[in-house]
Amino acid sequence: MDTKPFEPKIVAFMCNWCTYGAADLAGVSRLPYPQNIRPIRVMCSATISPHHILRAFQSGADGVFIGGCHIGDCHYIKGNYMTIKRVAFMEDLLNWFGLEGRLHLEWISSAEAQKFVDVIRRFTEKIRALGPNPIPALLKTPKAIWNGADDEGHCANVA
Amino acid sequence: MRTQPRYVDVERCTGCGDCAQVCPVSLPDRFEQGLGTHKAIHKHYAQAIPGAYAIEKLDRSPCTSACPGMVNAHAYVALTAIGRYKEALEVIYRTLPFPGVISRICPHPCESACRRKDVDEPIAICDLKRFIADTVDLSDLHVTTGPKRNQKVAVVGGGPAGLSAAYFLARHGFSVTIFEAEEEVGGMLRYVIPDYVLPKDVLDREVGFLKRLGVEMRCRTALGRDVTIDGLLAQGYAAVFVATGAPKGIPLQIPGEDANGVMQGVDFLRRVQQGTLDEVPTKVAVVGGDDTAFYAARSARRLGAEEVIVIYSRDLDQLPARPENYREAVEEGVRVLTRVSPVEVVEESGQARGLRCVRTTLKEADTSGRRRPVPEAGSDIFIEAPLIIAALGRTPDTAGLSEAESLPTERFATLQVDPVTFETPRPGVFAGGEVCSGPWVAIGAVAAGREAAESIRRYVDGEDLRADRESLEPLRRHFMPIPENETPRPRATMPRRDPSERITNFREVNLGLSEMQARSEAKKCLNCMGCCECLACVEACRAEAVRHDERPQEVRLEVGSVILAPGFRSVDPSRYDTYAYADHPNVITALEFERILSATGPFQGHLVRPSDHKEPRRIAWLQCVGSRDMHHCDNGYCSAVCCMYAVKEAVIAREHSPYPLETTIFFMDMRTYGKDFERYYEKAKASGVRFVRSRIHSVEPVAGSDDLRLRYVDGDGRMREEDYDLVVLSTGLESSEETVRLAERLGISLSPGRFAQTRIFAPVSTSRPGVYVCGALSGPKDIPQSVMEASAAACAATEALCDARYSRTRTVELPAPRDVTGEKPRIGVFICNCGINIGGVVRVPEVVAYAKELPGVVYAQENLFSCSQDTQEKMAEIIGREKLNRVVIAACSPRTHEPLFQETLSAAGLNPYLLEMANIRNLDAWVHGDDPDGATRKAKDMVRMAVAKALLLEPLEQTSLPVSKKALVVGGGVAGMTAALSLARHGYPVVLVEKSKQLGGQANRLHKTAAGDDVADALNELVGQVTNHPLVTVHLETEIQSVEGFVGNFHTCLACGETRHEVDHGVTIIATGAKEWKPDIYGYGAHRAVMTHLELDEHLKSNDQVVATARTIVFIQCVGSRDSTRAYCSKVCCTHTMVSALECRKRNPDADIYVLYRDIRTYGEREALYREARAQGIVFIRYSPGSPPRVTPGPERVAVTFREPILERDLALEADVVCLASAIVSHHNNALAQLFKVPMDSDGWFLEAHQKLRPVDFATEGVFVCGLAHYPKPLEESIAQAKAAASRAMTVLASRAIRVGGVVSVVDASRCSGCMGCVNVCPFGAIGFDEEMRAARINPALCKGCGACAAVCPSEAIALKGFTNQQLYAVIKTALA
Repeated sequence: MDTKPFEPKIVAFMCNWCTYGAADLAGVSRLPYPQNIRPIRVMCSATISPHHILRAFQSGADGVFIGGCHIGDCHYIKGNYMTIKRVAFMEDLLNWFGLEGRLHLEWISSAEAQKFVDVIRRFTEKIRALGPNPIPALLKTPKAIWNGADDEGHCANVA
Repeated sequence: MRTQPRYVDVERCTGCGDCAQVCPVSLPDRFEQGLGTHKAIHKHYAQAIPGAYAIEKLDRSPCTSACPGMVNAHAYVALTAIGRYKEALEVIYRTLPFPGVISRICPHPCESACRRKDVDEPIAICDLKRFIADTVDLSDLHVTTGPKRNQKVAVVGGGPAGLSAAYFLARHGFSVTIFEAEEEVGGMLRYVIPDYVLPKDVLDREVGFLKRLGVEMRCRTALGRDVTIDGLLAQGYAAVFVATGAPKGIPLQIPGEDANGVMQGVDFLRRVQQGTLDEVPTKVAVVGGDDTAFYAARSARRLGAEEVIVIYSRDLDQLPARPENYREAVEEGVRVLTRVSPVEVVEESGQARGLRCVRTTLKEADTSGRRRPVPEAGSDIFIEAPLIIAALGRTPDTAGLSEAESLPTERFATLQVDPVTFETPRPGVFAGGEVCSGPWVAIGAVAAGREAAESIRRYVDGEDLRADRESLEPLRRHFMPIPENETPRPRATMPRRDPSERITNFREVNLGLSEMQARSEAKKCLNCMGCCECLACVEACRAEAVRHDERPQEVRLEVGSVILAPGFRSVDPSRYDTYAYADHPNVITALEFERILSATGPFQGHLVRPSDHKEPRRIAWLQCVGSRDMHHCDNGYCSAVCCMYAVKEAVIAREHSPYPLETTIFFMDMRTYGKDFERYYEKAKASGVRFVRSRIHSVEPVAGSDDLRLRYVDGDGRMREEDYDLVVLSTGLESSEETVRLAERLGISLSPGRFAQTRIFAPVSTSRPGVYVCGALSGPKDIPQSVMEASAAACAATEALCDARYSRTRTVELPAPRDVTGEKPRIGVFICNCGINIGGVVRVPEVVAYAKELPGVVYAQENLFSCSQDTQEKMAEIIGREKLNRVVIAACSPRTHEPLFQETLSAAGLNPYLLEMANIRNLDAWVHGDDPDGATRKAKDMVRMAVAKALLLEPLEQTSLPVSKKALVVGGGVAGMTAALSLARHGYPVVLVEKSKQLGGQANRLHKTAAGDDVADALNELVGQVTNHPLVTVHLETEIQSVEGFVGNFHTCLACGETRHEVDHGVTIIATGAKEWKPDIYGYGAHRAVMTHLELDEHLKSNDQVVATARTIVFIQCVGSRDSTRAYCSKVCCTHTMVSALECRKRNPDADIYVLYRDIRTYGEREALYREARAQGIVFIRYSPGSPPRVTPGPERVAVTFREPILERDLALEADVVCLASAIVSHHNNALAQLFKVPMDSDGWFLEAHQKLRPVDFATEGVFVCGLAHYPKPLEESIAQAKAAASRAMTVLASRAIRVGGVVSVVDASRCSGCMGCVNVCPFGAIGFDEEMRAARINPALCKGCGACAAVCPSEAIALKGFTNQQLYAVIKTALA
């Protein structure tokens, strides 16, 4: 048995114009936060499609974080309106998968370094309490309902 | 121009902040409005651009300037304050090699200069120096020395000057030999200054340090007796420094001086020191008032003399001795007789018996500046003393030198030297210290030795001895201000031995400061200079970016136009007693409140009050502080922005607060006149912000708490009282004195409010041709208006210069990018240490080794600073040599450095998009500094993710599209004409389309401007200029029929009746204006006396009798504005009413004129019109929207009934003219909006891309807006906005081509299902639907690369280049591997 404490793996999608800037500023201000996030910079939170979120969970992410601009501040005028709707939809879908609470959306402006740090801390603790993402374990069992999934859990294109 | 130095090379600074970590000086943070502190080396604020640090350095601290030895007292005090004693000692050793010695004997001019005395007493600088010298072990001290030279230098004389010269010469790398006549080196320090002042072990310790530096000391070797200068030079010494001091006592020159028992003070002290004199008579007299006199007297006490009298011929305040020396002597029982001069030594058979003296009076000043003592006749005194010690001063012993060594002397037997270089007339021979200066402070001798050493080095190296030495900067006194609330604290004093104990031995009297004393004393330093020049930052900066020697520079530029944008200063409310700002920490300015609310502010956005960091429950805003006030501040104008910012602050404070927060705004008139401002105001009211119409009486502290009691007179005239936790003053905007001086220097006129004078039809031009203005210099204004003016000023400033466009630009030549298609990925990984910023946490070599094993990686290495110029060149070379076709740089943030590294790739012949960055500094090393293992692991993960993406990177091409260099302006009013004319004057053809039969729009109906000029004159001139300009084609009675294309390439069809015109144009400016609302209230239309503003203007223009014969004229404000149908303020009506009412008053002085209003909104300097109207007896009566006035038409006149708010009674008037300030309403031109794909808000105003930052742009590129079509505004603002729109349009027209491509989305038509989801989500209208292909098509010229389309595409047919799904999937997968 692995006796090491559970360290969640969190994929953090961050909008280039706001949250990524806040993360940069957290660095400049030397504000520490847990090491569990692996940052992925995107141009807009609206770039994150359901595909990306699902891929992250399929690949074993214990949590997915999305950071976007405050409503009204989108660099592309209205991208975050799409994000908020998409995330609401995805949360429902993920609940159905048994992944409730593992997707988190937050508006963080590039000035809000402290908020970034607080949000990352809280989300990491939340995922730590939730425990590991159950999907990869399911995928490894022979009776997986995921027929046709390859060893990484990616389904072949059934077009 | 004079540029102030930043002291940091912006090009080199990486913004890592290592310098700030070591900086000992904390200063009030101006960006935080003094609510926090920053180091002397700091970033202006966290996100400042450029991100480089800067040093706040003012004039040299007075303590350092006052020191003859230029010892940097400020720095060692600052370092002592934080316990860095060794560094403090290193600072001292830069200029002074004997701090322990000097700190015991120095008269410390530094302390006399210390500005702390304005608060309490000077800092005990000298005692702090002693503390450092006594605390730090000299064997730990590190001083830098130059490379060892093979030349040797002789120093003659081992006193302070000689020792100092030897020290600095040794540091220059010379072999130094000191030739000392006495038994041991030290000179006066050893033989005159007694042990109880300067213990000899202190001297020996510091002399010992010189020996460690290799200085050889030959004692008992006297110049003239044992060696000669010729001899030394002949022995191969490259130079000789003569520092033989001033060891000879000056004789008394009175009869009996040769008697036994008369001694020179220096001889007495030397013998005591040498132990050859240990007995004195009971009575001793000392003649003189210098330190030697008091040392002699005190030593005599210690040797048993019971009665020691010091005889001094002047007053105590002229005593040359150090005050400490005098004070301690008196404590030890030494008596001092002043204004007494000896006239004869009374002797008895050759043995002195005493002194006969006379009293003196002081006459006019002598050459030394002191008053001359003159004996008083018949005032003889006899002082009995068998031992008489003469201490009238000392003199050099140069008689032999001048002859034997051919060194000429001057008055007082001093050697002749150059005062700057210390050269004697003999080549290679230098001299300094008391042998040149005569008796002076030891620190002066130290300085002479140091300067002579520098001269000798230059002499030996054949350099100019004078270069850069005489130009001592003039003493100025620009220092950090002394904080107003600085509390006086007592000065630290050293414990001293009791006098009764002191006179029994020669042990040191003063015992030194304790560490606690020293640190708290040092903390009192006011940091006069800001930066203390301790140079710790130089040491800390791995990028070698700190430049302490930068100087202000004069820059001469040849320019055709000048734009002034110095901004404003927030009014300092300290000058008001009413608001208690200066006395109470919980009364703050609105700017301070902004910082408190800010996420990057002093409390990280946590809403607390300054005094006790308590979360406030009740906050009051007081409006018009420093505005609309002629009594306290001469700022009669309205500051234009305060109402809106106060409402905003109240709303945001409520959002920030986790509990219900009471927010109250105390105001006179609520001036929310801008676009969407009125709605915001109404929303704030609805959300619970309380608004109280009032006048403030006073703000006073509530006893026993930090709260504040507000007394005010409410709208009904009653005095009220309320308590608040925090009071925010909505301080106004004003021009600073500096700005006013700038205006004077440039010769531009200022308005009565001290703002730059402009004209209505030239709103960004100053009174001086060629000098333009934007922002708050030309009057208080908000951000949107400032940004508009900025573009407008750019437009105006370049009008005369358009021929020079591109004449001085240079194009970077880049190699053609290498075609990498078909190549296997060859990835190069560069991992940056960023000095120690990354390397100090992440184990970079381990990450490099890891990177080498990753798929596709053929090369990996670490860099010290990836962004430095030389590393850039090296990386470019490696890219070529290793044939790399993908590059990963693991360093800092792509947000700041991606463009730089993309250039590196371009320079190396690679497509710039073949770069991927891993931000292992900001996102890793900087935030996981306490966990190197974890940070290294995360760095590896991030590098792996970047490499995974790099494997899938592909070169992205940018192509060029031509620009059609012609503009279409829609609307021929003042805005449209101004825009058209501006463009034409810049050389661009313009098609101006007007739907009516004539140009001019609404301005045709206006009578006068707010400045009092006829609108018609200026308008006719403008119409003439437009119609006569060869590049402007005017189409009247024409409308837009269809529009195709996009930025740079529009194709529009115009319709004039049946005629059609096709126009190709690059940009479009929409200036379609607005119109006056035709009221359906207040009896409008039912009686000729009721008219709108424009109708009244027509009467005024035609000069008919309507106004001239009226007995009563009533203006009713907000007719159709600020109601539920049109919830906006029409912005111009209040000012218009003032102009019209004043004109009516002028034409009909006897008429009664009333203005019925809700809030008077004469913002900015328009307030003067309001003041004038009131002064002219125009009556202003406020009504509330709940009970508006009623207008009842009668047979001749109309009855106006309204509620008088103070009397609370209805009053009625019979009016001959009722002028309705009717709203401005939109044309609601939806068709036009759809043609150009631009949005409109619910009121029908065109909606700009960003209200503050892009006020004339649309989200749709190439289309711009100005004038009333955007929002109601006065003429001057329409004109500024029109010029701004022209300016923005020219950014397209002036470009040689439109670059498209790069990070944009592309559609794979074969996978597109034609659902059109992407077409609908694109915020930029960049996606069309190709009916033929049945697929979406993206116009790369309009795509901004947000990727929204890619995310909605259900069949993954769209890819955002540079962020494709395949790339993101690869990154996600490797992130979790």
